[in-house]
Amino acid sequence: MDFALLAVQILNGLDLGFILFLVASGLTLVFGVMDFINLAHGVQYMLGAYFAAALIAWSGSFWLGLVLGAAASLAMGLVLEWTVFRHLARAGHLEQVLATFALILIFTDGVSMIFGAGALSINLPASLAQSVPLTHGFSYPLWRLIIIAAGLGVALLLWALIAKTRLGMLVRAGSTHPQTVQALGVDIDRLFLMVFAFGAMLAGFAGTMAGALTGVEPTMGDSVLILAFVVIVVGGVGSVRGALIAALLIGLVDTLGRAFATDIMGLFLSRSSAASAGPALASMLIYVLMALVLAVRPSGLFASGD
Amino acid sequence: MLPQRLKNFVRHEPTTALLALVFIIALLAGQVLGVTAPTTLLARAAIFAMAALSLSFILGQGGMVSLGHAAPMGLGAYVTLSLSMLGFKDLFLVMACAFVAGATFSALTGLIALRTRGVYFIMITLAFAQMAYYAMSSLSVFGGTDGIALPVRSTLFGWPLLRADSATALLAVLMLGVMFWGLSRVTRSRFGMALRASHLNEARFTALGFEPLPYRLLAYSFAGGLSALAGVLLANLTDYIAPSFLDWHRSGELIVMVVLGGVARPAGAILGAFALIYLESLLGGLTQYWNLALGLILLAIVLLRGRFEGATRITP
Amino acid sequence: MRTKYLLGISCVALMAAATASVKADPVRIGLMATLSGPASVLGIQVRNGFMLGVKELGGKLGGQPTTITIVDDQFKPDVAVARVKDLLQRDHVDIVTGIVFSNILMAVEKPVLAAGKLLISANAGPSPLAGAACSPLYFSTSFQNDTVHMAMADYANAEGIKKVVLIMPNYQAGKDAAAGFKHDFKGKIVDEIYTPLGQMDFSSELTKVASEKPDAIYTFMPGGMGVALVKQYHQSALVGKVKLLSGDTVDETSLPGIQDAALGTISASHWAPNMDNPQNKIFVASYEKAYGAPPSFYAAQGYDAAKLIDGALRKTGGKVNIEALRKAMDGVPFKSVRGAFKFNNNGFPIENFYQVSIIKRPDGKFVTQAGAKVMDMAKDIYAGACKLPPR
Repeated sequence: MDFALLAVQILNGLDLGFILFLVASGLTLVFGVMDFINLAHGVQYMLGAYFAAALIAWSGSFWLGLVLGAAASLAMGLVLEWTVFRHLARAGHLEQVLATFALILIFTDGVSMIFGAGALSINLPASLAQSVPLTHGFSYPLWRLIIIAAGLGVALLLWALIAKTRLGMLVRAGSTHPQTVQALGVDIDRLFLMVFAFGAMLAGFAGTMAGALTGVEPTMGDSVLILAFVVIVVGGVGSVRGALIAALLIGLVDTLGRAFATDIMGLFLSRSSAASAGPALASMLIYVLMALVLAVRPSGLFASGD
Repeated sequence: MLPQRLKNFVRHEPTTALLALVFIIALLAGQVLGVTAPTTLLARAAIFAMAALSLSFILGQGGMVSLGHAAPMGLGAYVTLSLSMLGFKDLFLVMACAFVAGATFSALTGLIALRTRGVYFIMITLAFAQMAYYAMSSLSVFGGTDGIALPVRSTLFGWPLLRADSATALLAVLMLGVMFWGLSRVTRSRFGMALRASHLNEARFTALGFEPLPYRLLAYSFAGGLSALAGVLLANLTDYIAPSFLDWHRSGELIVMVVLGGVARPAGAILGAFALIYLESLLGGLTQYWNLALGLILLAIVLLRGRFEGATRITP
Repeated sequence: MRTKYLLGISCVALMAAATASVKADPVRIGLMATLSGPASVLGIQVRNGFMLGVKELGGKLGGQPTTITIVDDQFKPDVAVARVKDLLQRDHVDIVTGIVFSNILMAVEKPVLAAGKLLISANAGPSPLAGAACSPLYFSTSFQNDTVHMAMADYANAEGIKKVVLIMPNYQAGKDAAAGFKHDFKGKIVDEIYTPLGQMDFSSELTKVASEKPDAIYTFMPGGMGVALVKQYHQSALVGKVKLLSGDTVDETSLPGIQDAALGTISASHWAPNMDNPQNKIFVASYEKAYGAPPSFYAAQGYDAAKLIDGALRKTGGKVNIEALRKAMDGVPFKSVRGAFKFNNNGFPIENFYQVSIIKRPDGKFVTQAGAKVMDMAKDIYAGACKLPPR
């Protein structure tokens, strides 16, 4: 195996990992602080991408559209919290599952009603839609490097917010001892509103970053939602640090699995069976990883309270 | 007194009553408009009701929210397929093998999954179901991702009972009835009480000297076996078996059926399954955006139910 | 645009309802397509094309009152079977058409054909139905899965391409595509990469291709997967070094998502909006007017299916007799928007394939454009295994 090839595949894995982190960090906070299962988080990822695509086309400027798109995601988060989520905050988990599942159906169909079921494009400026040489023989798409940098930036920002600010302190306290926080007179509803809207913005931002690579589709949030849940469960619900480590782990396992599973299977099976079984088994890897982690640590790697 | 019982029923379970009413009206309207409900759809609804009922048992009684309940159901279908490919098609044999396969899968995965609680349980059951999904997708002998046609339907003592969908519908409704009766008995039994207790107050249950795991594991694998029986019927109804049978979307649909009907009521799962299957068929014929319509209906039901009945306090 | 469509539907329904009371036996047609989920963009085009054809005929196929029931298979075989039985048992349809994906077609062909009804595929073309499992009641207005990929292999041979990496989704049509390409390709297949259906991130695969240094990639990625792959190819360092050849990947369903990145990609098709015949000019113009976007070959196939049914009904004098309809269809009673068109003994078309490039129109929309003919009146390679007589 070529070392440079492995290095590029590791970059690919980090790239997926940071996208997942952007989605999962908001999800894990909403879950951790408010004990709220939000299946519609994938919808916010999708909506963010649509906002950005529409606003970039409207404004004619990539960067302006990007910023406006993030603002629109934030606004959408506020609106959703105010109209729907607030009324479910004290309902049972299963009610939340059913209601947010309904939101997936409504928004997925609604978006395809407005924008059509086909993919839209987020066009990168020509200066960003190119590759930069890394080693001799290998170059890497610039946008993917930007995703990694943006993911690192958001991780640092979140760390600073959570570790250094008063709001962050409340979030930390809220995720482990919600009753105590409420008893101390903190308006937990407002805290939830802020955490929720911020999470929606991060998800929308992730959708935009990924949408520039893959195109923007009404159902793009579905698979990301499941992966994000895998991430927060492996990382430990409520733990942003856990979400970061789990996201990178999942991103790497998934990408390296896809890159090398067929070749490894080829050592044991005929070429055609390996080509058919390899991709399926590569897709299985992250679930095997999750089951292993939960078998050893039933509350994830960084369970809150650790 | 029947009217009195009906009154009580409506008072205590308004949404069940409302859903049942809507269902009856829709059926009647269909008859009047000449749109008779096809027997295949009835069979499909009864089959999903069987799977949803078995999920409702572990969810309602044991608090086990499995997001992988389509896996034993799908495995039941794949058992039917593989036996049929090998030339075994007797319904009793197929059902017995499917039950064992579904129960074994649930028992083995349950041993690990039941160590976790809450959302971790939801996700680990999903993980095992996804593994089963990808395992079936990787088997080219079963058609891989595309799936494959069932060579021949199951027979009863060599008699091709399931050749007609109406017979499958009848059998499914019968089995659903037996299952409902049986599970109600189990719920009221000593085992059912222990199961409930293990979920409602685990600490006290353990303090009383009980070990929760055996009760939960037994219930979990039993439900898996029952779900596999539904899978056998689904394979016979569809004549085509694909990995989408064990997809997480399917598991999610089963949860939606259970929650829609109401976790607390025994017949809720049946009601939810019928409502969802018929709504899907009905709305699909009316509008291209039937998912949107379905979503609005579901959302309205949750929000209204929260107002009228208060939340069902089953926290996973 | 969509309200217009809905109006159209309700008009058809109303007309059907109004005439049903007068005349006893309307023509009942079931249209099944994948209308929800990631793959719905293809199904919506098939449906739009079909309904456009129906609308053009005043909602009356063969001059007869017509009811059309549209159902969504959700890309799940068991749902498809449930819906097709809804069509057969509840709506009593005589003809089932539409159907985008091969595995859906393989799941529903049995109930439809066993009920003695006509099955007209407007897209899916799986090899079993072209070969030993062929049926006189089955017709296709599209193509057998392999054929377009054979056409691309012929193109690659002509261009002197020697080393190719295949990237295919891991399902039957992807394997058919690989088989079709390999059947005709004379160079070397360096690697065959199969990806899970619905995968959107091709970073790992493209990195692998870069290390294998072939002359070209050949791919078949319908819908959103194609958008993702072509965009990511375009952002990678492969551009200018490794050509991107594709079949059923870059077309009007994916072009709004790919946009400029699609310029320069080469594919093959049996149809493109610039096909030079009068019926196609009418179709393309009225499709753009009705739906606000250029049609893809999926829409063209749906449109042809409507015209095929219409033509057959005119031949039978409006009588819905399956045997008479089948015989009428054998004689190709319509003018296809692709021009020359005949049915092979297995019900699949005998048709031309063209090299297709992408152009950006002055109004900023992207369309496919057919160029040189690569295959002349091509037949699929499975027809020999079908025991039916020539149609």
